[in-house]
Amino acid sequence: MTASNSKRATGLGIIRILISFVPLILTILLLVWGMFFIRSEQASKTPLPQTVIVAIALIWGVGGIVLLFFTGNIVIEQLPEKSARRAEPILFVGPALLMLTWALVIPTIRTLIASFYDQISKNFVGWKNYIYVFTNPNMLEVFRNNLLWLIFGTVFTVIAGLLIAVLADRSKFESPAKSMIFLPMAISFVGAGVIWNFVYALRPVDAPQIGLLNAIYVGLFHGQAQGWTTSYQPWNNFFLIVVEVWLQTGFAMVLFSAAIKGIPAEILEAARVDGANEIQVFFSIMLPTIAGTIITVSTTIVIFTLKIFDVVWVMTGGNFGSSVIGTEFYRQYFTYNQNGIGSAIAVVLFITVIPVMVYNLRQFARREAL
Amino acid sequence: MKSKLLNSLLVNGSLALICLLWTIPTFGLLISSFRDRIDISNTGWWDVFPHQDWVSVQKIVPAPTVDRYSPMTLGGITATFEQFEAGISKDGKKYIWIGNRRIGYLDVEEYKWISDTTFTLENYKQVLASGTYTAKLANGTTDTNQGSDMASGFLNSLAVTIPATVIPIAIAAFAAYGFAWVKFPGRKMLFALVVGLLVVPLQIALIPLLQNFVALHLNGTFLAVWMAHTGFGLPLATYLLFNYISELPRDVFEAAHVDGASHFKIFTRLVLPLSVPALASFAIFQFLWVWNDYLVALVFLGGGSQNQVLTQRLANLVGSFGQNWELLTAAAFFSMIVPLIVFFSLQRYFVRGLLAGSVKG
Repeated sequence: MTASNSKRATGLGIIRILISFVPLILTILLLVWGMFFIRSEQASKTPLPQTVIVAIALIWGVGGIVLLFFTGNIVIEQLPEKSARRAEPILFVGPALLMLTWALVIPTIRTLIASFYDQISKNFVGWKNYIYVFTNPNMLEVFRNNLLWLIFGTVFTVIAGLLIAVLADRSKFESPAKSMIFLPMAISFVGAGVIWNFVYALRPVDAPQIGLLNAIYVGLFHGQAQGWTTSYQPWNNFFLIVVEVWLQTGFAMVLFSAAIKGIPAEILEAARVDGANEIQVFFSIMLPTIAGTIITVSTTIVIFTLKIFDVVWVMTGGNFGSSVIGTEFYRQYFTYNQNGIGSAIAVVLFITVIPVMVYNLRQFARREAL
Repeated sequence: MKSKLLNSLLVNGSLALICLLWTIPTFGLLISSFRDRIDISNTGWWDVFPHQDWVSVQKIVPAPTVDRYSPMTLGGITATFEQFEAGISKDGKKYIWIGNRRIGYLDVEEYKWISDTTFTLENYKQVLASGTYTAKLANGTTDTNQGSDMASGFLNSLAVTIPATVIPIAIAAFAAYGFAWVKFPGRKMLFALVVGLLVVPLQIALIPLLQNFVALHLNGTFLAVWMAHTGFGLPLATYLLFNYISELPRDVFEAAHVDGASHFKIFTRLVLPLSVPALASFAIFQFLWVWNDYLVALVFLGGGSQNQVLTQRLANLVGSFGQNWELLTAAAFFSMIVPLIVFFSLQRYFVRGLLAGSVKG
């Protein structure tokens, strides 16, 4: 209602406001009912056909959220001008903040607390979990592996992405070539794990090798078939890192490609006219110009690599000296029921991304100041 | 002119080589998934291409009366059993004894161009089946095994992915507009929280969130996974959409405000339609992310097999049938079909989303 109406807020106005809450309350009830319904259906011994549950769940989940915003707005429209101004931000950012607080902020704090308690989160143990995390030989191996992943995963991905971006930029087949490199990004890490397990597949020495790598190794180099992801620790880690590089290079390539296209053609042309060869152009003009993008790409990949889990879990299960922080976290919590140690590992993971977080916030503050 | 040609050859040549390298693993998987299971375990998938190999052209079964302890004359060659067993080459043909001394035959092989091109859909039928499935093999026998029930996994993946894509986008779009255009105290502080949460590894929140779901008896339901994905996806979604929505021209809003339109009206009538490209970009991003996710599904859907998504089914298969490549290849490729379709049909939006989403602050 308009401001002039609300100024004469009478008993009628208050009733109208109260009535305007009805759709919102109904929506909330509907959401809660839906939750109970889905919960009981999925738990029951004789559930409805899966397709029916899925259909109901879809309508409930997607429709419910839209309805929530609409009915919330009905309330706001009935409120007097001043209260409406105050309530509007709640409607817009409220659900997001509520969700973030519930799903991320509070859990983070709880994990932080749990990391100072024992395996059943009952007794305070001080720094014990952290001491374990930083001194246990198994954990040190985990950190070493993660470091391998961070360094080589990132470096290989950035180099491959850059190389392909530069090559594609000068080729007539740019678009199909980029699609082919980019394609693995659509594949899950579990799927990629299967694909590469198949490449590395090992059959008994006297049987024909069906894994591509062993077939090449035996057929062309007359080597003996190897379990690439199991033997020669810690080198087996590199065969897992390859999978990540294979998957992430498309991402790096796309960003580099865009950055390279952003370099003014005149600058490159001028350098070439001055007699610089392509390699000089690349190192003294392209690289410095896209340095910002290289940092962005590296940071993104580092953050991604820190939490790597699926690929190791599927390919080696974290065995054969290939465990990383992500798999060790899962194993401590779900296999060994070590609540405290699992939490401490998660906190270590969290602390390592804090510099990036601070950097992002600084950048944000700078942009806001402009 | 000559160096230009050489240059182009070098560029395109190395590019082609890299592309080949990048594509071969997936290609091998795809080919293998259609091969007969006996072929898969006996020969590499590259044998579907024409290649030269020894092919049996004739079987010579000696009469039972032939003395196998003295030289035999078979197929015009006289040799001892030991010599036949080791194999004899003559006139480009190979004569080799198959079997043991008493029961066996002489195989005459020629080195010929061949390709194994018996393809079958049996592998796919088996991974899709629930219950047992009897696969027909190329050699006429059958093989009965438990189906992998990827079909219901597919349905579960859809049920998890669609709401887990739409819900965070809806919430984030409202929030992005709120942060960009609705003035309220603490706006910058709260948005800084969103920016700060961008890089938080989800492991830090996983366990307490799981405890929440257990307390609500929601553990193992789709609901839990949607809420988890909504929470984990919101920071990036809000940030991306904020970047887009805050860049929309100010005059659009001012004109509407003058006309007395509320924020809600401006948002639904003006901002949403204008933001379709950004919404689409993030939608594809989140869709692929959720579809391909394994950890969140593993933790919140857990072992309850009826709700498991494709990545879980596939990972289980790796755990229990790690050497059954006929199942693994078909199941893996099946799990990729939807993302590949989404990816190829909407690649432009996806790339746009990547360019906007790289966390540069």
